[in-house]
Amino acid sequence: MSETNPAPGGPAIDEQAITAAVDAALAAIAAAPDTATLKQVRIDHVGDASVLSTANRAIKDLPKDQKAAAGKLVGQGKGRVQQALAARQGELAAAEEEAALAAETVDMTLPTDRRPRGAAHPLSTLTDRIEDFFVGIGWEIAEGPEAESSWLNFDALNADPEHPSRSLQDSIYLAPEGSGMLLRTQTSPVQVRAMLERGAPLYVACPGTVYRADEIDATHSPVFHQVEGLAIDKGLTMANLVGTLDAFAAHLFGGAPVTRLRPNHFPFTEPSAEMDFRCFSCDARLGLDHDADPECRVCGGTGWIEMGGCGMVHPNVLRAAGVDPEEYQGFAFGLGIERILMLRNSVADMRDMVEGDVRFSQHYGTEI
Amino acid sequence: MPRIPLTWLAEHTTLPEGTGAQQVATDLSRVGLEEEAIFGAQVTGPLVVGRVLELVKEPQKNGKTINWVRVDVGPEHNEDLDDPKDPQPGQERPSRGIICGAHNFVEGDLVVVSLPGTVLPGDFAIAARKTYGHTSDGMICSGDELGLGPDPDGEDGIIVLGRGHAKGLTGEPGDDAIALLGLADEVVEINVTPDRGYCFSMRGVAREYSHATGAAYTDPALAVEVPAASGTGVAVERRDDAPLRGAEGCTRFVALEVTGVDPSAQTPRWMARRLTLAGMRPISLIVDVTNYVMLDLGQPLHAYDAAKLSAPIVVRRARAGEKLTTLDDVERTLDPEDLLITDGADASRVLGLAGVMGGASTEVSASTTDIVLEAATFDPVSVARTARRHRLPSEASKRFERGVDPRLPLIAATRAAQLIVEHGGGTIAREVTDDGTVTDPAPIRLAADAAERLVGIPYTAEQVRGSLEQIGCAVEPDGEDHLVVTPPSWRPDLLLAEDLVEEIARLVGYAEIPSVLPTAPGGRGLTVAQRARRSAQRALAEAGLVEVKVSPFVPADVHDTLRYPADDERRRAVRLLNPLAEDEPLLRTSMLQSLLPTARRNLGRGEESVAIFQRGSVFRASGGGAAPVPAPATRPSEAELAAIAAALPEQTSVLGAVQGGPSGPDSWQGAPEAWGWTDALDLARRAAAAVGAELEVRQREIAPLHPGRGAELRVLTSAGDSVVVGLAGELHPAVIKAFGLPARTAAFELDIEAVIASAPAVVLAAPVPTFPPAKEDFAFVVEESVPASAVEAAILVGAGDLAERVHLFDVFTGEQVGEGRKSLAFAVRLRSAEGTLGAKQIGAVRESIVAAVASAVGGELRA
Repeated sequence: MSETNPAPGGPAIDEQAITAAVDAALAAIAAAPDTATLKQVRIDHVGDASVLSTANRAIKDLPKDQKAAAGKLVGQGKGRVQQALAARQGELAAAEEEAALAAETVDMTLPTDRRPRGAAHPLSTLTDRIEDFFVGIGWEIAEGPEAESSWLNFDALNADPEHPSRSLQDSIYLAPEGSGMLLRTQTSPVQVRAMLERGAPLYVACPGTVYRADEIDATHSPVFHQVEGLAIDKGLTMANLVGTLDAFAAHLFGGAPVTRLRPNHFPFTEPSAEMDFRCFSCDARLGLDHDADPECRVCGGTGWIEMGGCGMVHPNVLRAAGVDPEEYQGFAFGLGIERILMLRNSVADMRDMVEGDVRFSQHYGTEI
Repeated sequence: MPRIPLTWLAEHTTLPEGTGAQQVATDLSRVGLEEEAIFGAQVTGPLVVGRVLELVKEPQKNGKTINWVRVDVGPEHNEDLDDPKDPQPGQERPSRGIICGAHNFVEGDLVVVSLPGTVLPGDFAIAARKTYGHTSDGMICSGDELGLGPDPDGEDGIIVLGRGHAKGLTGEPGDDAIALLGLADEVVEINVTPDRGYCFSMRGVAREYSHATGAAYTDPALAVEVPAASGTGVAVERRDDAPLRGAEGCTRFVALEVTGVDPSAQTPRWMARRLTLAGMRPISLIVDVTNYVMLDLGQPLHAYDAAKLSAPIVVRRARAGEKLTTLDDVERTLDPEDLLITDGADASRVLGLAGVMGGASTEVSASTTDIVLEAATFDPVSVARTARRHRLPSEASKRFERGVDPRLPLIAATRAAQLIVEHGGGTIAREVTDDGTVTDPAPIRLAADAAERLVGIPYTAEQVRGSLEQIGCAVEPDGEDHLVVTPPSWRPDLLLAEDLVEEIARLVGYAEIPSVLPTAPGGRGLTVAQRARRSAQRALAEAGLVEVKVSPFVPADVHDTLRYPADDERRRAVRLLNPLAEDEPLLRTSMLQSLLPTARRNLGRGEESVAIFQRGSVFRASGGGAAPVPAPATRPSEAELAAIAAALPEQTSVLGAVQGGPSGPDSWQGAPEAWGWTDALDLARRAAAAVGAELEVRQREIAPLHPGRGAELRVLTSAGDSVVVGLAGELHPAVIKAFGLPARTAAFELDIEAVIASAPAVVLAAPVPTFPPAKEDFAFVVEESVPASAVEAAILVGAGDLAERVHLFDVFTGEQVGEGRKSLAFAVRLRSAEGTLGAKQIGAVRESIVAAVASAVGGELRA
């Protein structure tokens, strides 16, 4: 390059000036403290009026032989400046974003309960779990009305006309006297309905609300919930009853539970039994060779929890429901859902479940 | 329920040495006799016989005189030497020194001493103590202190051997007085199921104990020697002209006379003790013997004062208006169904309620010497009804209503007569009245494999036969694979092969039954409705409502409280015959009837707001009359089932909710919004959406809602009909006031079953076009009375297929739109499935929408 002989009519493309302009731009870029300043730096050093842009525009007027060298000089200089600008822009933007986010910090421990979530009643949730167990072993869930006919609640279930449970002291009847209708005292009429409607073979569980003329206290309520099971098929035995109860107990209380049957009497089953589950709370749960804790709140020191009645369905019940007892036989059992909840979740007083106090349900949320 | 003293039980079966009450209870529960209670030994520790060696009377300042006594309590318990600082009275010998306040004994008497370490009834622990200047090293006991009750001879004081409580007893100093007085007896109270009447006796329970343990058993009924009668005794007539359910009220009546009994004869101590342990009060020899034999054998007995009887004894039903004063001194008006024991001319005098309770007129008294013992077989149904009717659950009725062995009457009467003569003298008449018949249980044909088929255990032939014979059945083979089984007279409950299977199963043991989970053929899971209900409930819980479960019983005035019009369907409530509470005689016809009082209760317990829901049954009387009661054990006809269905109340499950007060706690984010009518609608819609259904809201005046802030909720059925399924809105201020709820409390109720039924079974896919949407806003001015839903519907009509979404985003009233008018602003999103909408197309749709709204509701586009 020669410092003499500048191009006529245009600024000379002076290597020194270009280098100085580039150096000045790089210095300004490095010194820019924020993106706003950097924006001005960009305008000053590579904007239209800048030395580099002016030089760039001048290239086209240079003599042909100088164009290449000048283009290279200006182009490379401008490229360096642009690269530095982009890098600095990235640095500054990141720092600024970081600062901005830091300024937006909030207290994450503030309460967020503007509209608290509600809750399911634990009896509903437990009933769902029980239903899920039976559905899981291939049974179905049957339902029926709570105001029921005496025939379905008693006669069809082989209850003698004199049976004390029919009395006004035990059962709640619909008016007027002799209506032949009452609030069902058990969910067994649902079993009869299921047999009448679907016939055999049949595997159903019947959860539902039942009514007794009981005084309310810590362990009794005139309105409570039961789940009954009924399996009718060819060749079902008491061993199948035991197997079903074992599986049910394992599902509800976990572990490898032990169940026990004791002879009892019910009109609707023969043979009949009372079913006990081995206590799931104290040492008794470890097996029959382990003694119960005498102070155990769940089993009262006996090692066993009375769960309800069961047995092989009485042939008269099958006949009433239109099932031929010569061809089919089966088993049935019934448990109180409140009782399971009280034992499993340590509910001390049954009244808490039936008075509708929201604090009782709220405690559980929607899972138990 | 029967109480079984172990020493009594051991008389009929072998109780291994040291068997406690808990073990007996466990054994009995295995064969089906459940434990009700256990009564342990009443006295523990060193209670011994002592001989009074010295007795010094010491008057005290308080006016009392105490006895300072030296007692020989046997070599094992005596102190060899007196304490030099506190010597005992008289000559120093091995003994103990005791202070005693009673005076009914003298030197030389044998008494009962509780030494330190003894625990008396009432957890009363005896220890040595200093009193009246001497150490009292134990206590000389009275009958009361030992739980034996007051002295039977009326000697108010301590027990002296040979007298009173200890009549006939003697011993040596140091002898165990617990055993001597029978104070160690443990008692098990058992629960007897209705099919096991024979277990209301020591005879029956001992038999069951032997079944449970294999212990030897001797039937006490077989031990009674019944002499041949020389003729008929007192005349008895059994005249039942109105049998209940076809069963004669009295099938057998035994009358046996005993004369010349010493009226002053005492009940032997052991018998009185056993009666007490079994829960009965000793009264007099004759009465106690009848009770004792009843407890032992199970046959209720009654003793009449023969001098007061005027034969013949007639067993008959009561006549209308007849009265009887029973032994409990209550005058009772009799029912024509009551079976009576009567005598006198024309059987006009009522002696007692047969099998339930005797009357006062022929009661044995302190001067009775001649008696007639009654031992009869009464119909269980008749006795049960009479006992229930007169609220008289007597020891006799408890046994008769469960069935008493019909072979017992003569045996029991004879046994009682023998015991009376043994302890009270007199003569048993050689003439015996034994009127009536005994029906033994019918034989049952049993397949040899019946038990295996039902229980699932391969019982051996030996187990089948052995079990049945053990319980008293006669078993005969019938061909290759059947048995003919005749149950014993005391097992009227054994009627079917299944009954016998239970006997085999329980004697071999329920514990032997294996555990086999059956394989069901595979179900269909939860039904659509079952799943949907869960979804709806879950949706409400997630939206902030708490589920409650309250009973369906409501007061009679609830319909007025909720302002139902006179002809409102919800007044068609089911009334209960015997409600739990007189002030809640109806079943709810709406869930709100239950939820509003529950809301009040929660507020009363300190809640500041209420947001509750419940799904449950509501009931409406069908007006279908009484439900028929078809015969048992056979399938009713379709007509009978239809008649039952028609009589039953209409029942459905509904979802109801009440919400009022702040919807959350005070928050740093701003004050919580109050629950209100919009929430009621929104929650109802959420519940419906959760089951896949959509609600239509129509403004209506419906109780119990605010007249201007209530709506009925509708769905479109699968048949295309719009039906009402519920209501939602703000509660009427009067209702809010009646239940003390927060201002503007809102509620909704949905017939959730109908809502579920309206949801499409299958939701078909909607196309998802990818062409850009066009967003257009409109503000229409309409009359105040025009519902927003009508404007929205008109917009949808105008937009036609292009409407993707129509959403109201603003409501404005004010001067600018004019009095009685409002401006409703809608955001409308249009999209075509065929291409990008052009300005011309959009303009056309706008015009179409404006025209549709104008024509449907008279709306004008706001400039």
